[in-house]
Amino acid sequence: MSAAREADVVVVGGGIVGASVAYGLARKGRSVVLLDEGDDAFRAARGNFGLVWVQGKGAGAPHYARWTMRSAAGWPALARDLADETGIDVQLTQPGGFHLCLNEGELAERRSILTGLRAALDGDYPFELLDHAATARLCPHIGPGVVGASFGPLDGHVNPLRLLRALLQAFAQRGGRLAAGHKVVSIARTAGMFDVATEAGHFQAARLVLTAGLGNRGLAPMVGLEAPVDPNRGEILVSERLQPFLHHPTAHVRQTGDGGVQLGDSKEDVGYDDRTARAELARIADRAVRMFPLLGRVNVVRAWGALRVMTADGLPIYETSASHPGAYVVTCHSGITLAAVHADTLSDWILGGVQPQEIAPLVAARLKHVQKTSHH
Amino acid sequence: MFKRLATTEASSVDIEVDGRSLDARAGESVAAALLNAGCVPFRHTPLSGAPRAPVCMMGVCFDCLVEIDGVPNVQSCMVTVRSGMRIRTQHAARKAGA
Repeated sequence: MSAAREADVVVVGGGIVGASVAYGLARKGRSVVLLDEGDDAFRAARGNFGLVWVQGKGAGAPHYARWTMRSAAGWPALARDLADETGIDVQLTQPGGFHLCLNEGELAERRSILTGLRAALDGDYPFELLDHAATARLCPHIGPGVVGASFGPLDGHVNPLRLLRALLQAFAQRGGRLAAGHKVVSIARTAGMFDVATEAGHFQAARLVLTAGLGNRGLAPMVGLEAPVDPNRGEILVSERLQPFLHHPTAHVRQTGDGGVQLGDSKEDVGYDDRTARAELARIADRAVRMFPLLGRVNVVRAWGALRVMTADGLPIYETSASHPGAYVVTCHSGITLAAVHADTLSDWILGGVQPQEIAPLVAARLKHVQKTSHH
Repeated sequence: MFKRLATTEASSVDIEVDGRSLDARAGESVAAALLNAGCVPFRHTPLSGAPRAPVCMMGVCFDCLVEIDGVPNVQSCMVTVRSGMRIRTQHAARKAGA
């Protein structure tokens, strides 16, 4: 296992972000090694909610809103390509999504965020604000406690586990090499080549992409970059499989393509603790039942926690190293939504092309003076 | 398929399975009563429609799910028979709110 292995690009981190980037690079005909730490790594890719979500993202950062919309628009092609290449249906639907509100304050906040975004995007930002009756016409089964909702016609969802499997399989079919059990310990750069040392071997490439989620914090300084990311826990419950009743994803509740209903969206600052907490699960379940009372007698079959990869302003970091040319860091908490741009546009930039203008402001230096926000 | 061992004395309990009256034994699980009566499969899976019957009989495999007294997807190996219990085998995904 000690022999050096060479490729055009080494991608560090085999989650959704790394798999999307690696697949994109392999599609461009490059030889790529994708290093994955192992099963004891924190794996947002295996614990996330599965939304392809636009509405509300990028408040105060219209470039990020545009980047998100661009990816949502690219998603049908990604899903189709993955199905063609692997036979795996990632269960993408983009019928529009609801953010259900349980009090007038929440609804007012949605109005404020979304009208602000629409103004910042010169009107190119579709959404509707609905009262209870209008919401119920489009989304039956809501409870009397739902005062209204925002509806985003661009929103959708996928099965994130199928997505990860499809990306990795498509990557492998195009000659990509997934090396599992390789935790990176050091990165050196000599004569224009990166030497990536793991606990189990060495890998060499002229280009290096760090997509290791929370691991990027420690890896980025090895190549003159910064990735000040912190964990933010989300917990999810999933029900027994039910006949389809919920035909749109919502920010807190969605019915999967297999019939199970996922209940989620907690945001907890609890450090590197990805367990579940009963009080938080109870709060999530209670809110979901107020949104959809028919869930009240449904059985929950599993619950889990996972850690988001968050910056202080909630936005991604995309940056190339000045001191270590050829090194890139890519980190975000919306790896599912952004998979389509990560698997396409981003690879041109990583291969030396023009940086997409939407991500130009998303460098780490912006975070020096940012107060932590709850914007996602 | 299964036969009871004549090792212990137990009184009998009337239960109903898919509208049919069954004679179960006091203290046994619903799953044991159904197996003894030959009610196999217990269910068909919601996605592929594959037939299922108990594997573990100890609360782990979730293959013994049935509807008991109107509550679907109950692990029948973990519930003791009670007189008058109404059980239905399951052949589609549950309908929420039903």
